[in-house]
Order: sequence, then C-alpha cells, then structure tokens
Amino acid sequence: MLYIKCPYCGLRAQKEFSYGGDATVKRPNINEEVTSEDWDNFVYMRKSPRGKHVELWQHIAGCRQWIKVQRDTATHEIFQTAKVTEEIR
Amino acid sequence: MQKYSLFSLIKNAFSNHQNWEVAWKDPTPKSEYDVVIIGGGGHGLATAYYLAKEHNIRNVAIIEKGWIGGGNVGRNTTIIRSNFMYDANARFNEFGMDLWRNLSQELNFNVMFSPRGIINLAHSDAQMNAYARRGNSMRLNGIDAKLLDRDDIKKLIPMADFTDEVRFPIFGGLMQPSAGTARHDAVAWGYARQADDMGVDIIQHCEVTGFDVVNGKIKGIRTSRGDIKAKKVGLCVAGSTNILAEKLNMTLPIETHVLQACVSEPVKPLLDGVVTFGAGHFYISQSDKGEMVMGGDLDGYNSYAQRGNLPTIQHVLTGGLALFPFLSRLKILRTWGGIMDMSMDGSPIIDKTHIEGLYLNCGWCYGGFKSTPVSGWTFAHTIAQDQVHELNSELRLNRFSTGHLLDEKGLGTKTWIG
Repeated sequence: MLYIKCPYCGLRAQKEFSYGGDATVKRPNINEEVTSEDWDNFVYMRKSPRGKHVELWQHIAGCRQWIKVQRDTATHEIFQTAKVTEEIR
Repeated sequence: MQKYSLFSLIKNAFSNHQNWEVAWKDPTPKSEYDVVIIGGGGHGLATAYYLAKEHNIRNVAIIEKGWIGGGNVGRNTTIIRSNFMYDANARFNEFGMDLWRNLSQELNFNVMFSPRGIINLAHSDAQMNAYARRGNSMRLNGIDAKLLDRDDIKKLIPMADFTDEVRFPIFGGLMQPSAGTARHDAVAWGYARQADDMGVDIIQHCEVTGFDVVNGKIKGIRTSRGDIKAKKVGLCVAGSTNILAEKLNMTLPIETHVLQACVSEPVKPLLDGVVTFGAGHFYISQSDKGEMVMGGDLDGYNSYAQRGNLPTIQHVLTGGLALFPFLSRLKILRTWGGIMDMSMDGSPIIDKTHIEGLYLNCGWCYGGFKSTPVSGWTFAHTIAQDQVHELNSELRLNRFSTGHLLDEKGLGTKTWIG
C-alpha cells in the first residue's frame, strides 16, 4: 500500500486516492490556434519515465482536492507532494 | 538439431537424460548483424524465428537484458483468444489463432495449446446487447462466437453464484469456443530453440545502453557487452519501450503500468475454460496443474516495478469471490507482477519509425501473450520487407495523430482505468 501525504489532510492510504496521470502534460492554450501535433502531444504522447515522475492524484475519498505527487516509478517511493497550483522541483 | 519425440525420450532415458543437446547456445555477440531484435521475450523470439523461416534472414541477434522467459512471456496468464470486435484486431488475432493451432508441430515443442473456450459474462440486458453485437462482428470475420443465456452458463459453470441475492446476477455471456490457453514458458523455449537452430544468436544478460543513428538512419546499438553494428533494429521490449524510446529522443503514446496476477493452491479439475467477470475486474482459468490462475486490473499508476501492491490483489479477489464463492476456501499460492506497455487506445503498434531501419513493436496492454505468433510473424515481415503487412496495416503509430484509433474498449487515453 502506498501512503500519500495529502497537503490538506496529511498522510493517508492510497486507496483513498484516484490516479490522474502525468502532471507535466500541458493543455494547449484556449482560444488559440492548435496544431494537430500539439494536440497529439497533449492527448496521447507520454514520456512515462523510469524514476522520478510528477503526477496528479485526487483525494477522492477525502477532501476531493487534486494534488501533485513526485514518486519513483521503479521503487514507488514518494518524495514530495504539493497542492496542484504549486510547483514540484 | 535433435528432434524431440517419444523415441528420443526413451533413448535418452537409458543415459539418465544426461546427454540431451542444449536447447539454445550462449554465443558471444558478433560485431555486426543484418537484424538485431532488442528484447528476448515471446514476441522478440517469434520475430527472429519468422525472420529466419519466412524471409531467410539468418544473420540475426536477439539482445536480452535478463534471461529467456524471465519477462512478461513467463508472467502472463496464458490466455489465447481472438474475440475482438474491430476488423483490424479480429483479422490480426484470428490469423494468430491459425498459427497457434499448428505451433507445437511447427516448433517440435509441446506448447500445450488447449482450445478450451473463453466466456465473457454479462450482467445486464445492455451488456447482452453489446455482446450480441461483438459476437456478430466476430462471426463476420470468421471467428466462432456463441451468445449464451443464463441456463447455458449454468450448465458450463454451475459453481458460479446463481442465487437471487447477488449484486450482479449473471444474464448470460459471449463465448469463443476456439479460444484457450497454452504453456507460456514452452512458447518462449520452443521459439528460442528453433531460432537458435536456424542461426539466430540469442544473447542474454546484455543490456542496450544506446543507439547509433547517423543522418536519420540506424547504424547499430551500444550494449553492456560492446557495440554491435546492425542494418536493421527491431524494438520488442514491452514495458521497457519508453526507456529505449527516450534514448532515441522519441515520445510514444505509451505508458508503463504494472499488472498483477495470482494463482491458488492446486485443486482437482473444476473449471475447464476461461471465465471473465463482466461486472468487476476479474478473470480466471484453471491450469493443467490444477491451480486457479486469476488476474484483474492494473495497479493504476505508472510503474516499472515488476511487483504490485496488495490493495489491487484484494480488489481483484473481491470480484472473484462475488462470482465464485468457493474461492474463499482456497489459499493463494503466489502473486506477481509484470510491466505493461499500455497504448493510449488499447491496441498494439507494429510499424516502421521515422528512423530508417528502426522498427517498433509495442503497446500490447493486457494481451501480449495471445498475439505472440502473429506479432512475430507480422513484425518479421515489416522488418524484412521494410513495409507493413496487410495484417498490421492499421496497427500503425500515426493512427493517434490521424484519429484512426482502435479503441476496442472505448476508454480513451486513461490507460489505468482498464
């Protein structure tokens, strides 16, 4: 079981959370011309690194906030969590 | 090569089975090959075998970081089926079924292909309608499909929960009688032995560390056992696809996730086919040894660990108990995980790339094992002829940008939802 430190609620079990995928993917700006390559990159293309990965989780059975988690995809170790508006470095 | 037969078995019994030839050699890598296949899993081995057999390209090496049979080919739940709705997937996998049917004879290795049938259970009228549609699509592609009602299912799996109290009552199901299972290790070993006999070098414990690409053309690979020149390179590395893609500066519509499976202690024969629980994340079959082989869904987050966490096993087995209450009496013998190359539409990719001489075989999601022969067959064709075969003409990399997705399950890009 992973334990994820929600920035709002503290350390909670993974089963309270729902996964939201790669947090570094940026949606193309709204009301601007979007090339199909940009759209392709946003919707389908993923780096899926082995090692540190910044990802979105939602504390769905808790405060229901979306949060950012920096986690190692090989060891599952969690290094940092942050509010979705904050940066993880 | 020594032929495996009853006579060779008897003959070798007299020498206490001490004088069998090795099934495949352990060569040191040569400095140059016509084709290098990266990844010595089922698909890589099958690709090398069909390159030698169908295209007479024998100066081939398979580069494997671990050992033959140590990856997903030895970690899957051995299910073979072609119950797909979309034409591209149905045709591709039904061609594969024909290869399976003759595989033991062809490889002179008993892969124990056993067409015992697969049943996808339905738990609502809507699901029955969807299965009727899928079954009709399958039959139009020449695949056997039978729509079963509740009484038919009761005859086939009387031990399922047919009481009135269940949350998801069984309405019926869709069956592909010609689907089945095989011995997964034997598939890897059989392909490895034949490929080796035709001159393919199987190089184990050799990690690829980089690629030599000059002017958009592949020249060779760098490995932990030295540089190897190659005219053509095929990537066949399942869950490690993104790692190698990064070394090539490629980004792919693939995420790597861990998928777990488990087996119970062995019991007497009670389930002769494969059953999938249409309301939860659970499927089950019984191995020839008697173990109940069970699996379900992804752990649900990007992972390169070949092991998962217990909440997923608990979730899967909760579904299992809802369908088959007798499972509560069994002990789980072991659980394990494998890393899946989850494509963004749930269908595989077998294609050329923008780098000349570099070919890609990935995106197998939950179902790589069943496609082992046909994947190798079409990938070998793609590499040898430098063009896709009709069978993989819709399994191309550019389908994501052109919108010609093969989203069999209609789930979009959230691969972790299942």
